Amino acid sequence: MEGIVYKFGDDINTDQIIPAIYLDTTDPNELASHCMEGIEGGRRINKGGIIVSGKNFGCGSSREHAPLAIKASGIQAIIAKSFARIFFRNSINIGLPVIECSEVNKIDEGDLLNIIPKQGKIENLTKNETYYTKPYPPFMQKIIEKGGLISSIDL
Amino acid sequence: MATLVEKIISQHIGKKVKPGEIVIVDVDGCFVQDGTGPLAIKRLKELSLDKIFPPKKVVFFIDHASPSPRLELSNDHKVLREFAKDYNIILSDIGDGICHQIMAEDFIKPGDIIVGADSHTTTGGALCSFSTGMGSTDIAVSLAFGKVWLKVPSTIKIEINGKLKNGVYPKDVILHIIGKIGADGANYKALEFCGDVIDNMDIEERMTISNMAVEASAKVGIMKSDEKTKEFLKRHEREGDFSYIAPDNDTNYEQVIKIDGGDIEPSLALPHFVDNVCSVREKEGVPIDVVFIGTCTNGRLSDLRTTADIISGKKVKTRLIICPASRDVYLSALKEGIVEVLVKSGGVILPPGCGPCVGIHQGVLADGERCLSTANRNFKGRMGNPNAEIYLCSQATAAVSALYGEIKNPGSIL
Repeated sequence: MEGIVYKFGDDINTDQIIPAIYLDTTDPNELASHCMEGIEGGRRINKGGIIVSGKNFGCGSSREHAPLAIKASGIQAIIAKSFARIFFRNSINIGLPVIECSEVNKIDEGDLLNIIPKQGKIENLTKNETYYTKPYPPFMQKIIEKGGLISSIDL
Repeated sequence: MATLVEKIISQHIGKKVKPGEIVIVDVDGCFVQDGTGPLAIKRLKELSLDKIFPPKKVVFFIDHASPSPRLELSNDHKVLREFAKDYNIILSDIGDGICHQIMAEDFIKPGDIIVGADSHTTTGGALCSFSTGMGSTDIAVSLAFGKVWLKVPSTIKIEINGKLKNGVYPKDVILHIIGKIGADGANYKALEFCGDVIDNMDIEERMTISNMAVEASAKVGIMKSDEKTKEFLKRHEREGDFSYIAPDNDTNYEQVIKIDGGDIEPSLALPHFVDNVCSVREKEGVPIDVVFIGTCTNGRLSDLRTTADIISGKKVKTRLIICPASRDVYLSALKEGIVEVLVKSGGVILPPGCGPCVGIHQGVLADGERCLSTANRNFKGRMGNPNAEIYLCSQATAAVSALYGEIKNPGSIL
């Protein structure tokens, strides 16, 4: 998947991603219209983009509304140095690709990336560099391949 | 040779587990609150099941916006009430209190695996349960099948020995720890707290520590069960739920952090990060507009008692908002005369619940205001206004500072 980078810092919390005042809806599109509103000065993220961030992305509340808002904004994937545990799990559960990569500091705002999940590779087409990602355990890989937790359950 | 979490998970699946292993376990209890519950119900409906097989203890809590300040939230509450009625689920409605407090008072027992759709579910670790927060989809699946998948976390042991200084409370202990290890210091890991300082705390106080384990990103913040645990369960008429659980002596921890309790000072988390910790001394004199005492971190009887002891017979110089964590806490505070003291000194008592902590109601901050709060998060915008500042502290620092209208070290007064 190819996309333009929106770069964020460390410890981006769920109150920044979607402030609690908007938790009165579960409609993804409504949530998307307020996504990243808690970031200083507000922050537009556009369809087709890739979020790249530092450590502990998604820390704070357990609200699944946070990854839901990001996914409905049309963001294809989030690459971070590390993710907060609950956010990571929530993202996998709703089918939003979350990728851990130790080399995020080499990626800048506006870079064009090509993510090749099967090979655990990120190509930076702007800088002509390649980075490697942390693989998922097979159990989680299965959930990801099925598009989320609900669709991975065999009834 | 097992840590507390390894023991509890092993006991649930009937074989020894190791950190990193992914297991599917039966959960003993699960819950949602009014912010996360509607989405869990939506997910449950996507599963289109004829029947659900929930664990024994399932509770729906209406605590975050309680009572509802807006029609959209009132409609969410209605969804929760109706679903709870249809599926015979226990409903904890307005005025009952905060999910984590009620779970501790009425439901959690040592050795349980508890999952809740709220990050501060770690609070239950104070009763020696594997208690952790998850999102709505995970909780929906637990509700439907009574099971959840877990990656067995590695454990960091935090041993706190020595004598705490005057004016130092459990909140200062956990802020000190978070300041030391950082907001992601225990990400994907379990924190196991032990040592004299923990042994001497009662369960109410231990809950403050376990509650904030998640602010260091921990999956659980657990402690062994002991006589104090038994006392707490007895007080809530559940003595039969007690059992002793302790880690093995020769356990290999991923890391052991030793802390001298005597080194801990009354502490603050400065805006806008919980790990931005300094001593209260360094910020004495900073003017405060509003003081908030409550939440799943510090809204218990002992917190209100400390507050009343400090402000009794005096008038506060800030707005003072107090929110008991549960109906039981509220009633006990009424019986002890604590509520009268707080109200006479200028305090406002809110109904038991989350109060202004999440910024939905009951005390949204104005532009440029500074709040001293006993809650667990001070993120920008947390209390409903990104142009306000939140400082986190103990109930004692909050109470003393309310009297002075500025940040004041409780150690210098008490």
